[in-house]
Amino acid sequence: MPFASIFVPNFWLQAVVRAEPALREGGLVLIDGNPPLGRVVAIDEAAAQMGIEIGMTKTDVEQFPGVKIRHRFPAQEKIAHAALLDVGWSISPRMEDTAQDTIVLDLSGLTSLFGAEKDIAAHLIQRLTACGLDGNVAIASNIETALIAARGFAGITIISPGEESHCLGGLAVRVLSPSDETTEILARWGVATCADLARLPILDLSERLGQEGVCLHARARGASTRALLIAEPADSFEEEMELDDAIKELEPLSFLLGRLLDQLCERLTARSLGAASLWVRFELQPSFENAVDIQEAFRTEKQPGRYEKQMKLPVPMRDSKMLLKLLRLRLHRHPPDAPIQKITLLAEAARPRVMEGNLFFPGFPDPEKLELTIARIVHVVGEGNVGSPSLTNTHRPGDFEMQRFLIPQEAAGGRARHRAHEHADGTIPASFRVFRPAIPAKLDWHTGCPTRVAFQGLRGEVSAASGPWRTSGDWWQEDPWQQDEWDLEIQFQDTVERFSSNGFHPNPGIYRFYYDSLRRSWFVRGVYD
Amino acid sequence: MGSKTSVLRLQVETSLATRVASPFQFRSRRILETVPTGVPLIDLRVGGFPRGSLTEIYGPTCSGRTSLLVSALASRTAASEVCALVDAHDAFDPHSAKAAGVKLEQLLWVRCRNVDQALRVTDLLVQGGGFGLIALDLGDALPHMVRCIPMQVWFRFRRAVEHTPTIFLVLERETTVRTCASLILKLHAQKTQWSETVESTNETSRPHSLGCLLDGWKIRAEMIRSQAKREDRSDAGFETEIRRNIRCSPADERGGQRQR
Repeated sequence: MPFASIFVPNFWLQAVVRAEPALREGGLVLIDGNPPLGRVVAIDEAAAQMGIEIGMTKTDVEQFPGVKIRHRFPAQEKIAHAALLDVGWSISPRMEDTAQDTIVLDLSGLTSLFGAEKDIAAHLIQRLTACGLDGNVAIASNIETALIAARGFAGITIISPGEESHCLGGLAVRVLSPSDETTEILARWGVATCADLARLPILDLSERLGQEGVCLHARARGASTRALLIAEPADSFEEEMELDDAIKELEPLSFLLGRLLDQLCERLTARSLGAASLWVRFELQPSFENAVDIQEAFRTEKQPGRYEKQMKLPVPMRDSKMLLKLLRLRLHRHPPDAPIQKITLLAEAARPRVMEGNLFFPGFPDPEKLELTIARIVHVVGEGNVGSPSLTNTHRPGDFEMQRFLIPQEAAGGRARHRAHEHADGTIPASFRVFRPAIPAKLDWHTGCPTRVAFQGLRGEVSAASGPWRTSGDWWQEDPWQQDEWDLEIQFQDTVERFSSNGFHPNPGIYRFYYDSLRRSWFVRGVYD
Repeated sequence: MGSKTSVLRLQVETSLATRVASPFQFRSRRILETVPTGVPLIDLRVGGFPRGSLTEIYGPTCSGRTSLLVSALASRTAASEVCALVDAHDAFDPHSAKAAGVKLEQLLWVRCRNVDQALRVTDLLVQGGGFGLIALDLGDALPHMVRCIPMQVWFRFRRAVEHTPTIFLVLERETTVRTCASLILKLHAQKTQWSETVESTNETSRPHSLGCLLDGWKIRAEMIRSQAKREDRSDAGFETEIRRNIRCSPADERGGQRQR
């Protein structure tokens, strides 16, 4: 039963570099602690070559030219750790979350899917790089050997069964993670490598170092065994970025959002998932406009504002460019009202849409592309003006709701049977054009019949009438309605083509009028067309 | 002789190079696939609505333009297609559309405020693709506003839907699409049909009967232009009838209670 271990060296530093890829150039120093007590906790190779050491103060480091100083950011480390876990789950569902920088995978049965162990290791390295991390991968027949080899050897290490002791022999004893006391004792004994430790008699070691000595001996020989502690995968994906300087413009914000979305989508791809909904959360710079004294405002520790928007997606998506376009359109419509200090993106994951095409049914818009098109249309016509009409459960005339337009499953799956929609008698069903809002009108009456109408500055004779059709409802609510409706055939007096003040064209035809009993007025609802 | 012909051909090609890409190349006429409009008589006369091209329906108010559009929407949604309606002046009535058989959940309705918005939205929808039918309803737009739409807009729309299965319908009062349209239908309203009830026939003192019910009205359709049915130009005009689905009150159409 082979196991693979992934170890990310210098994890804190890599978590910062993952959020800010420009820092890969080198000379990065990570400082932890509040000033002036902040000390260097991690350095990269270039900084080490300059002579910077762990434990230096920020003042000391600032004397070195070309050094980039960043503060340790635990939230970024948490996200980098989540990305590391996603890399593991992309290969195997049986994974142990050993440490912040280390995971172990059970590779049983995976050779038929991914090929030889070497190919699996290469696959893991590739996924790790795509997620913005550099790490070591070791494959061995037991968990502890894989863990030690990943910590001890750079790149890919594959240890065949029976070769554990030989392979680990050259590594320093400290890779076995002994306690400080044991490390001191072993140093006094002159035991420097795993091979030295493995050569010691187990009984004598047990007498002197106790249970820890026995465990270290087994690890040094590559003979330690234990069960894998399976970690449960999470369904939400988060990416976060804290900014040194707050940004207000949409363009630089888009650049940062694009980077975060790339990382988010890479993680989703690794898990074969898509984002069903996306939360964008900004921490805004506090505004001091209303504060009389800025110092006073700082003293009262004014809480930063928050901006939060949820973007529900029609289908689970993992195309970062598409998500960025949707996010940009949303932010353009609802921009934050203060500069942004911190960006958080949270994706709720779901299985991506799997659908079989059908040769015998018509095509339909690609849901991802359609969502982008709808977002652009909303940008033109405004929210609430795009969607699918849905009739509400009421008798109130003309009442309906606009619902979000989603490709119906029936249309998408092509499961509906093709049936030509034709009326048996060959006639066309009558349709109606609505005037929104209804046009105020005046009616003349003779012996209970409407004879003349006037609206929009136009007058017409009623040649036929049907009504009244009385409807009422919702009297128990705040907005009741009570109307008498009439279908009137009207011949306009002015036969010359002309238009009223707002462009209404007086064609003879059948119009629907109604008397609103509550407002005591006549209106034109629309026209049959 | 052969060399003279080739020289002549070369000369013609050179002189037309800036205007015509390859003047001697034979181009077969595109065969338009048509789909049923939902009205058998119109299908019989015009051959249905052509896919991948523009169809223009124009006529005055009450000429049955909207009824024909809704009928087409019902036909396409019944065939599991997804349709889009760009409503330039927010005049679409979902109730009558539902009664006519439109599957509203398969209809993307965009409610615009003016012609400019409608054209921008149509552009986005046409570029997005995938719709079985895109309808641009300019029925309530002022004719002079519609006439101001540059011809290149219609050419662009025609080009965008070409080689796609999309039916592009334009609804207007006057024709403006002209040569860009593969099918142009002109509609006129004819006589309105009211059915008299027994109670109404006894009332003679009134100027007109109150008890009548609107049955429907006849319309006359003229095929002004058709690329799919060129041979039938002489038989272009025909009559059909628009009929209300439920022969009773407007309230009953919505399933409400009526009182008289």
